[in-house]
Amino acid sequence: MFLFKLLLKNAFRHKLRTLLTMVGLIVAISAFGLLRTIVDAWYAGVEGTSNTRLITRSAISLGYPLPVYYADKIKKIDGVTGVTWMNWFGGIYIDRRNFFARMAIDSNSYFELFPEFNISEEEKAAFMADRQGVILGRKTAQRFGWHVGDTIPLSGTIYPGNWTFNIRGIYTVKDARFDETLMLMHWNLIDQSVRKRLGPNAANQVGLFMVGIKDPARASVISQEIDKLFKNSVAETRTETEKAFQLGVVSMSRAILMAIRAVSFVVILIIMAVMANTMTMTARERLAEYATLKALGFSPGFVVKLLFGESMMIAFIGGAIGIGMTFPLAQGFLMQTNNVFKVFEVSQTTMIYQAIAAMIVGIIAAMWPAWKMSRIDIVQGLRHVA
Amino acid sequence: MRAIPLSYVMRNLWVRRVTTVLTAGGMSLVVFVFATVLMMSEGIKETMVATGQPDNVIVLRKGSGTEINSAILRAQASNLEALPGIMTDSQGVRQVAREAVVLNNLPKRDSEDTANVTMRGTSLIGLAIRPQVKLVQGRMFRPGTTEIIVGQAVAKGFANVSLGNTLQMAGREWTIVGIFDAKRSGFDSEIWGDNDQVMQSFRRTVYSAIVFKLTNTEAFAPIAKAIADDPQLQLDVKLEQRFYAEQSEGMTKFITLLGLSLSVIFSIGAIVGAMITMFAAVASRIGEIGTLRALGFRREAVLIAFLGEALGLALVGGLLGLAGASVMQTVNISTLNMATFSELAFRFKLTWVVGIETMSFALLMGFLGGFVPAWRAGQLSIIECLRQA
Repeated sequence: MFLFKLLLKNAFRHKLRTLLTMVGLIVAISAFGLLRTIVDAWYAGVEGTSNTRLITRSAISLGYPLPVYYADKIKKIDGVTGVTWMNWFGGIYIDRRNFFARMAIDSNSYFELFPEFNISEEEKAAFMADRQGVILGRKTAQRFGWHVGDTIPLSGTIYPGNWTFNIRGIYTVKDARFDETLMLMHWNLIDQSVRKRLGPNAANQVGLFMVGIKDPARASVISQEIDKLFKNSVAETRTETEKAFQLGVVSMSRAILMAIRAVSFVVILIIMAVMANTMTMTARERLAEYATLKALGFSPGFVVKLLFGESMMIAFIGGAIGIGMTFPLAQGFLMQTNNVFKVFEVSQTTMIYQAIAAMIVGIIAAMWPAWKMSRIDIVQGLRHVA
Repeated sequence: MRAIPLSYVMRNLWVRRVTTVLTAGGMSLVVFVFATVLMMSEGIKETMVATGQPDNVIVLRKGSGTEINSAILRAQASNLEALPGIMTDSQGVRQVAREAVVLNNLPKRDSEDTANVTMRGTSLIGLAIRPQVKLVQGRMFRPGTTEIIVGQAVAKGFANVSLGNTLQMAGREWTIVGIFDAKRSGFDSEIWGDNDQVMQSFRRTVYSAIVFKLTNTEAFAPIAKAIADDPQLQLDVKLEQRFYAEQSEGMTKFITLLGLSLSVIFSIGAIVGAMITMFAAVASRIGEIGTLRALGFRREAVLIAFLGEALGLALVGGLLGLAGASVMQTVNISTLNMATFSELAFRFKLTWVVGIETMSFALLMGFLGGFVPAWRAGQLSIIECLRQA
């Protein structure tokens, strides 16, 4: 207890310096947390996947169309519980910045395969009855202040023209890892528009099939079976688990993610330099004090303890405030980026990493001065006073 | 007013080497991040601007925004080809390329990932109107065959892409007969083949884009008006350079915004570090300050001396950071361009403007960190200083 008091007194002897160091530490630790959260958010789609779903897409590239009749063929494979499909709609709501994912889904089969969507039966029925109806995620509805019954005008990018959709339902999700920002419309509607514009040959095209399976252990066998079915046909497929699919999408931005990761460690290095500087200066100033302690018979280990204790105390307080600051910072960042991230939560792992980073900074900063001070010569140290 | 000699100021940095290195080291890391971000967006801009030719025009379906989303019917293409203002070559052939653009998922060379590569079905004219594209190995593809030529970045970044190899795409074998250098433009990340072959095998019935060369840049306005006035066409017309600049806009904005806000956050740490160092420098040299004042140096001279010391620290940090960043110039990276959903290769590019901006940023950090301590040093009274010493 005595030691603790001494440490606290020592740490705040030079108030301004300690406060400045802490400010630096708070900034660094919260920035580190924010960056990790950004990377996590990127991977959120991977976390929210189900192991009983496969994704079948064109072997050429993502989004290249497949004929819709493939669904019937896939359904016949043993172990498949259901098949549904979707097309990416794209589109712009007033301005490109108002981005949220808009997808055309097969309304008859989609929700059976995605039980994570919570929608009331009345809203679902209203959606089914309206050709231009859409189901909207709660977060997107909140973002634009939309309610059931409102209409959303979109200008098409992939499907040209001016579209209007009526909100017939708002869904929530059971688990925070799932996406609550989607807008889902009837696939039939966009298919008919393609048929009208480009003729029957261009219609009946699907971007992705989602395949439900009974037994996750058979995922790879069934994937191979599906791809074999369409081998050497006009449109070959590539099937993988939902998780592998999402990872593939994320890995396209790998260079950026790696840069963000690297930068999150740079900020820790910066604060390490600042903190080491503080501790070096502290030690230099107290040279005479440490010499006195030694002259009184305290061991070199005690001096080391004092320096490490002080450094760790500053790191602990700064780190704790930094972790606390991460939450409002993350919230502010999410608002600034127009909610492009579907899921944005500061995870427990991030907080643990933050705490570890703060402790490491505290330890490394005290190392050199502690080593030096433990070795000072008593006579020389005392002479320093005079 | 007599100024305190610069050598005196700079020697102080040397006396407290450890502190100087730690403070300048922290600053240099911030500067490094700041500089690389600017270099990255500069590199992307360079790549995209080099992709477009000043006198080329690209036509897409109205509202499509990218070549992938676009669709142009054959009849529309023929209408376009008849417009006045389009360049003809010595044989009298109109310099119009009808192109189909598709994305193809290919395995990367150095990891198990796959990435989308843009495949452009084009013609000899398509090559002719883009003089920056030069074959460096092999030869041009023969029209009407499944021969392809690939950009340098594709050859470097993707598995099995080398001269003489075949690639399996859309159920067909494509033979690589040439590798081209597109002078660090976006085309370096593309595969080019015969338009009719691409459309057939990828089951496309419509073109993605029509690109043509103007007789001169003044011809653009009338041609754009003619297309806009035709209600049957429903097309967007853009100068190729502007089109590609827009394609990279989202990406550069994202990188710049993220990078600069990070630099600002990080700089707080570095400024705090400089402040701590300078406060300590002032505190430990109180006797010295008193002596200087007693010798006849004025308050301003003392302030400037300490500020100079802080700026010296920043200069060291800035130069170290910039040196580190300049090494990044040798690194080539490629990542997904969200706008086109395909891979884009680019490099970090250090320009004079970036260098000057970076050094100004470093000096600003030094100034912000050093001003308050220097001000305090200037305000100390001679008698108090000397008494403390």
